[in-house]
Amino acid sequence: MTVDTVGRFERALEGLEVGLERVAAADASERIGTIAAEPAIGVPLPFDGVSLPASVTTEPTAAELTAARTGVTPVGFAIAEYGTVAVESTAGGAEPISLYPERHVAVVAESDIVPDLSTGFDRLADGFDAGRDSVVFATGRSATADMGDLVHGVHGPGDVHVIVLEDR
Amino acid sequence: MAQRTRSDRADRIRHLLETEGPAIHAQASASNARRKETYGGTDDLEELRTEARSIKEAAIDRLPELIETVREAVEENGGTVYVADDAADANAYVADVVNREAANGTDGATAAASPSVVKSKSMTTEEIELNDALEADGIDVTETDLGEWVLQIADETPSHIVGPAMHISRAEIAELFNERFDPDEPFETAEELTRFARDHLGEIITDADVGVTGANFVVADSGTIALVTNEGNARKCAVTPDTHVAVAGVEKLLPTLSDLEPFVDIIAKSATGQPISQYVTMLSPPTDSPTLDFDTPDEPITAGEGAAADGTGADGPGDQDRDFHLVLLDNGRMDMCEDDQLRETLYCIRCGACSNSCANFQSVGGHGFGGETYSGGIATGWEAGVHGQASAAEFNDLCTGCTNCVDACPVKIDIPWINTVVRDRLNRSAEAESYDFLVDGLTPDAESGGLDPGKRFFGNIGAVAKAASATAPVSNWLADAGPVRAVLERTLGIDRRRDLPTFRRQSLVDWFEGRGGADASSQRAARANSRDGSTDVDREVVLYPDVYTNYVDVDRGKAAVRALEALGVPVRVPDLPESGRAALSQGMIATADRQASRLYAALAEDLDAGRDVVVIEPSDLAAMHREYERLLPEHSFERLRDGSYELCEYVYGLLENGADPTALSTGDGAAPVAYHSHCQQRTLDLEAPTVAVLEQCGYAPATSDAECCGMAGSFGYKREYYELSLDVGERLATQVDGAETVVASGTSCGDHLETLLERDVPHPIELLAPGGPRT
Repeated sequence: MTVDTVGRFERALEGLEVGLERVAAADASERIGTIAAEPAIGVPLPFDGVSLPASVTTEPTAAELTAARTGVTPVGFAIAEYGTVAVESTAGGAEPISLYPERHVAVVAESDIVPDLSTGFDRLADGFDAGRDSVVFATGRSATADMGDLVHGVHGPGDVHVIVLEDR
Repeated sequence: MAQRTRSDRADRIRHLLETEGPAIHAQASASNARRKETYGGTDDLEELRTEARSIKEAAIDRLPELIETVREAVEENGGTVYVADDAADANAYVADVVNREAANGTDGATAAASPSVVKSKSMTTEEIELNDALEADGIDVTETDLGEWVLQIADETPSHIVGPAMHISRAEIAELFNERFDPDEPFETAEELTRFARDHLGEIITDADVGVTGANFVVADSGTIALVTNEGNARKCAVTPDTHVAVAGVEKLLPTLSDLEPFVDIIAKSATGQPISQYVTMLSPPTDSPTLDFDTPDEPITAGEGAAADGTGADGPGDQDRDFHLVLLDNGRMDMCEDDQLRETLYCIRCGACSNSCANFQSVGGHGFGGETYSGGIATGWEAGVHGQASAAEFNDLCTGCTNCVDACPVKIDIPWINTVVRDRLNRSAEAESYDFLVDGLTPDAESGGLDPGKRFFGNIGAVAKAASATAPVSNWLADAGPVRAVLERTLGIDRRRDLPTFRRQSLVDWFEGRGGADASSQRAARANSRDGSTDVDREVVLYPDVYTNYVDVDRGKAAVRALEALGVPVRVPDLPESGRAALSQGMIATADRQASRLYAALAEDLDAGRDVVVIEPSDLAAMHREYERLLPEHSFERLRDGSYELCEYVYGLLENGADPTALSTGDGAAPVAYHSHCQQRTLDLEAPTVAVLEQCGYAPATSDAECCGMAGSFGYKREYYELSLDVGERLATQVDGAETVVASGTSCGDHLETLLERDVPHPIELLAPGGPRT
């Protein structure tokens, strides 16, 4: 992990019109609260010293899932080259929570940003070996041109933010 | 082909050119341009393509073993694998799963309602017509990919492998939706239509009993299916209903996760020119994601039986309420594995790059250039393999062999060759036609009877040209006569609106002999060498007198001889056999094979003597450099390939090695020239040398980027394709029309441009030969 990798990640996200913010773990909760338009739902964050703000509901009901405007999830890792985040299918509901609401806030540890697809596949393989064998590489916003012009936010989120925990 | 069929086909193509062509062209050409740009910006593109290809080769080689591997892996994960022999088998299995799930399921729909399925885009389910089968069984099916949903509402079939509704414009979709859904405010923009679709389909997805997806790839040893999408509907279909059925052809299997990497890297690049797709979903179902029960909206989604206590689910067997079925479809694929020619089709990753790069496809789309299910160049292989040759016969001729798709294909499939092979098989399976007697005497081919007389005529064009030249100008007067044109159209399918080539009484070979042959040429070259002070180039050339140069466009042959001599290179122009290009274009492989052997035999001594074979017509050179690999022994192929050159490529080499460009006819340094290279020449990477030579000789060439001239050898002569060839050609003509001078390397390119622009379009060498263009 080098600063350059984060820079590369940020440039890739810029091209995808996805916001990136680097924050210290101690400030993460507050920043997430600001970005997460309510109603917000989420998956508990596994990073040391980082918790979801109270405004984000975990273990949502089906009704809350469909009503939520924001879904906050951790991601296993990120790939700088393409601006990709790896959403792992967990029992905590990361897959539907990152998919249903119109805004997805992805939280990633800076040490989990890998430079390219090849190193991303190494991480993927490690996860598979550990039983985390269902993963979505999500890059940018849901999009379609099927209705005659490019439109974002089709079945998936039309708005994506990435929070990078600079000290994790 | 019967007269009636030709006429029907011409009508059908004309209709598509008017109705679907404009929308298809706009989108397919834009995707193609983005692909080219992205390919150009990818440093390791060739390595990626090579790696992807070799992984596919190895995987297809061991399919039976991979099927067993994936069965074990999926069963260990808690899912089920079903290998379906054919469409009916697959459909019955899926219907059974859906009916069972609906009967005891807990998903949205109550027991009283019809069982319901939501689907993401899948060409394989189009192939087996799953929707029709499920609906016949009383199951509601909703497509959730917006393009597929539009088609479902319009009751139409996909016109493109990746963009199924590419042929329908936004305005047409709005009209369709306004009529069907009668909104308070009529839909107008893509934004409004998309938002409506999202909400409408979102509710249907939450109520569905079963989600059906395809699979772009299946990783055998982990039981992982990979889905590549941009909308997110495949994710929703897979995660929302608690039963997920994935339908995939057996050829989608890859051995391990690491084998997936190059495909994830390249598939979006080749399909749409995106670096990577929005969602590359890699699921090893049943997954740990909690089931979503919208019937109990106030229960936490994570409270199901299957949820792991710690919320991570890691190492668990997946959510206990989830059910997964992988349906692997054979439907002819295992036979394709055994077919040395069709096997390559199974490497296809269905990205649509061959469609996007194809000039004919851009004009008519997949409803013209496509069979029962698949479309574009690769469709010939798929249709012949899964639906039978009759389906491929409907559109196979639309592949002109231009090879634009060869550089586009991410797994390096020789798509033109597959088309040639299937054309050959179709030729052999046809009934003998009553007009055979017309071409029998003229056509010394190696083909068995039953071949379309038009194909035999064009496939044997060398013999035809020789006879016509021998009887010129009478043959030309006759050929231009109205009644003769009517007969040619009826019997051979040659459109009467097309100008026929004018055959010269004196062939290039005769002219060359008449001016003293090789000895005189040596003297001319020696004089040129002594005149200028530049380095002597100690080379000797055998100029290949292709059929067209020899009998029709003799001028470009003469210009080539003069230019080479002026650069100090002695030339020989022996009477050489045909290259086989014409036969190949008509699917007459046996004839081409024989011609390749004869040409090699005729050139072997020259190659041994170190003479360079220089070829004017790019399509003949392409036969030697590409198809001969399949027709000649490896060593012979390599010797001819390494010893043969495109004319301007050769001139470029001479100039690079010290020959003096001022010996040629030179411009003032800025003389603008529009240059249209030749499709096959571009695939051989031989456009650049011509451009460089023109620049070195004082011209300012601007190259066209149109996919094709539309003529493509004999294609544009055929009655059923006349309008299509004009449509394609107009795009090129528009690009070059403004230039005072237009040059083209290919015979038919030049001819077609002359027709469209109504002026001379010479070969670049005619501009460069000493004295400039002359007759």
